[in-house]
Amino acid sequence: MLIASAGNVLVWIVWIVAAFACLGSGIAVVSFSNPFYSALALIGNLGSLAVLYLLLNAEFVAAAQVLVYAGAVMVMFLFVIAYIGPRTESPWMGGPSWQAAGAVLAAGALLVEIVVVIGLKASGHLAHSEHVDQTFGTPAYIGRLFLTDHLLAFEITSIVLLVAAIGGVILGAHSRRSPEEVPSLR
Amino acid sequence: MTALLGPEISWYLAVSGFLFATGALGVLLRRNPLIVLLSLEIMLNGGNLALIGFSRNLGDGGGQIFALAVMAVAASEVVVGLGLVVALNRKRVTLDVDRLNTLRG
Repeated sequence: MLIASAGNVLVWIVWIVAAFACLGSGIAVVSFSNPFYSALALIGNLGSLAVLYLLLNAEFVAAAQVLVYAGAVMVMFLFVIAYIGPRTESPWMGGPSWQAAGAVLAAGALLVEIVVVIGLKASGHLAHSEHVDQTFGTPAYIGRLFLTDHLLAFEITSIVLLVAAIGGVILGAHSRRSPEEVPSLR
Repeated sequence: MTALLGPEISWYLAVSGFLFATGALGVLLRRNPLIVLLSLEIMLNGGNLALIGFSRNLGDGGGQIFALAVMAVAASEVVVGLGLVVALNRKRVTLDVDRLNTLRG
């Protein structure tokens, strides 16, 4: 009993640290003017989200988060930011500030909507969570689900990745020929 | 069988909603396309956190499968978005989503 409550306190402490790191780095991503710092803050955000996934017994998703997101995707981001050079956002140009006010208003409305809908629709059965067995969230469990119940999602995901890879190649490939050598369509 | 230790799912959902709103604020407010893409990642991750929280709450692995599919879609979206940013940079166009209105009718 004592050990269980000590574990509970420990999980609470880890949750508070991870959740505040997550929220703080999320705000940092939005507010840095240099995209390089924003990308670094997003890596922190993804790492603290992986900790939250671990607390929710989603071990495989946490590992995939660190490998795919914080590893591959963010390295691609940092390469592109380094490639196009350090350019900060152009100054505001005296543009209409109703844009900023509208953005803040819309984001606040979204937050209120999410809280109200979850509070109204889901508050009844959120208080107690199902007990899960030890295999929940392990790679074997996820793999079995992917290859039995969710095979279609698995295959469609592969097609989406293939199409995105082809699109990336087409967007990135540029002809080195001069304009007069390019055959016209007529 | 293990019970859920620590905070209950509604706390995770609160973090998820706040992340989603933060990302939406970034998408609407910022004009650098790279930061818009980064804010989009925050929105997707807020959704993922809610999916995994509900998956744990209901003891059903389908939410984790959904989260992994969202992760793959996010990777594809980053590839296409960064490809567009690099292509714009090669054309020496200014990187400002408010001025990229060539296709406007």
